[in-house]
Amino acid sequence: MNAPDTGLAPQSFKSDIKPVWCPGCGDFSVLAAITRALAMLGLRPEEVAIVSGIGCSSRIPAYTTCYGFHGVHGRALPAATGLKIARPELTVIVAGGDGDGYSIGGNHFLHACRRNVDLTYLVMDNHVYGMTKGQPSPTTEPGWSSKLAPGGTGVREFHPLVVALASGANFIARGFSGDPNGCARLIAEAVRHPGFSFVEILSPCVTFRPDQRAWKDLVRPAPVEPTDDPARAARRLMTDDGFNLGILYKGRRAPYAPAREPRTALAELAKEFAL
Amino acid sequence: MTRRNRKAKPAARAPERPAAKRAARAPTRRRPASKASEEFMARAYAMEIDAAERYGEFADQMEVHNNPEVAKLFRQLAEIEGRHAKQILEEMNWPQMPPPVYALEWRTPEPPETAPVTELHYRMRPWHALAIALRNEERAERFFAGVARSPKTPREVRKLAAEMAEEEREHQRLIREWMARLPQPAPDWSRDPDPPALGD
Repeated sequence: MNAPDTGLAPQSFKSDIKPVWCPGCGDFSVLAAITRALAMLGLRPEEVAIVSGIGCSSRIPAYTTCYGFHGVHGRALPAATGLKIARPELTVIVAGGDGDGYSIGGNHFLHACRRNVDLTYLVMDNHVYGMTKGQPSPTTEPGWSSKLAPGGTGVREFHPLVVALASGANFIARGFSGDPNGCARLIAEAVRHPGFSFVEILSPCVTFRPDQRAWKDLVRPAPVEPTDDPARAARRLMTDDGFNLGILYKGRRAPYAPAREPRTALAELAKEFAL
Repeated sequence: MTRRNRKAKPAARAPERPAAKRAARAPTRRRPASKASEEFMARAYAMEIDAAERYGEFADQMEVHNNPEVAKLFRQLAEIEGRHAKQILEEMNWPQMPPPVYALEWRTPEPPETAPVTELHYRMRPWHALAIALRNEERAERFFAGVARSPKTPREVRKLAAEMAEEEREHQRLIREWMARLPQPAPDWSRDPDPPALGD
């Protein structure tokens, strides 16, 4: 009973638009987790912007009452970076899937980690392109066989937490959609932490990956406390099987933020363009 | 502040009527509650409101996926749980929701009476929806029974929890009766002649 009196219930952050996700989709829980986290943080919808790319999970801004931008495939992070730089008072949450974030937007993921702008990036990872009928994504296991990838891709999967750590993300965590309250706490912690916060959320696709229903039996809380030492975090990732939940890393890097005051007087700049 | 028959799950033919009758007889005495009792009732309220919201979300999903029969059933369940939550507010003389409800921690991933989102299927039948409701009631009973059994629980809360556990058992009985009157789903109930998945 030690929770803050937020004044707003999670339902206040849900719009009237009914999600079109498949019944049973993990993304419903992530939506619930986001709204609970915002209520826990004591924020108001107009203080939050949710930016997404393309994909099933990227529909999420429409399902909230926050400001939203459903943008270009793989380009949620650049749009969110610009927004946060221009409107630093907003809490900016970026949301999307594994295809949008690690493949089409993979390069932006690296540089968002490196730049360390104060964003919270939530990736709903289901190891498949659900919206386009089940093609393998960067996080698909090499042996996953389907009609669209008979015998599997045979290609090693992408390891998002490893890449995030190596690229400089200041907060790294993993959640599971089957634990929306746990996810809500992770998201709230990620939002509170300064700099670029990355939360990978395992979110089963019940339509194209019904095997992922078994994830609920595989996930477990990581048996270690978060660390602020990247070398220690890296060693932990060496033995990570992808199902350890919780905060892996909380760095101390100062977030990037441009000076709010002009560094050069306008008249001085004008001289540069004098003919 | 007795809790007996605070709520009842509906029967199949006239689902709302028995619940409404019982609700009408719900206790209206308002005794000063101890802090422990208030905390316990806030937790009970959280269970009800969370279950109501989840059933409402399930109803939305079924509407979106053109399964009106199951949508209607989930909507009924949402209304029932919402009424129970309201009853707790009235009984406790709380003008509105107790603030910490959404930040309470649980040993389970969600409050015990809340169904996991992965339990739905777009072709599910009403029988499946009731099976979900039954599992919710069973989890709720285990939760309350555990509180009632725990030696750490204050005596007045133990009594409340035991009553709640008994209610949940009664709800299970009603749901089982309801399920028995519904047709069992065919073995191939989930088969879709035009499936969304190209995969195996």
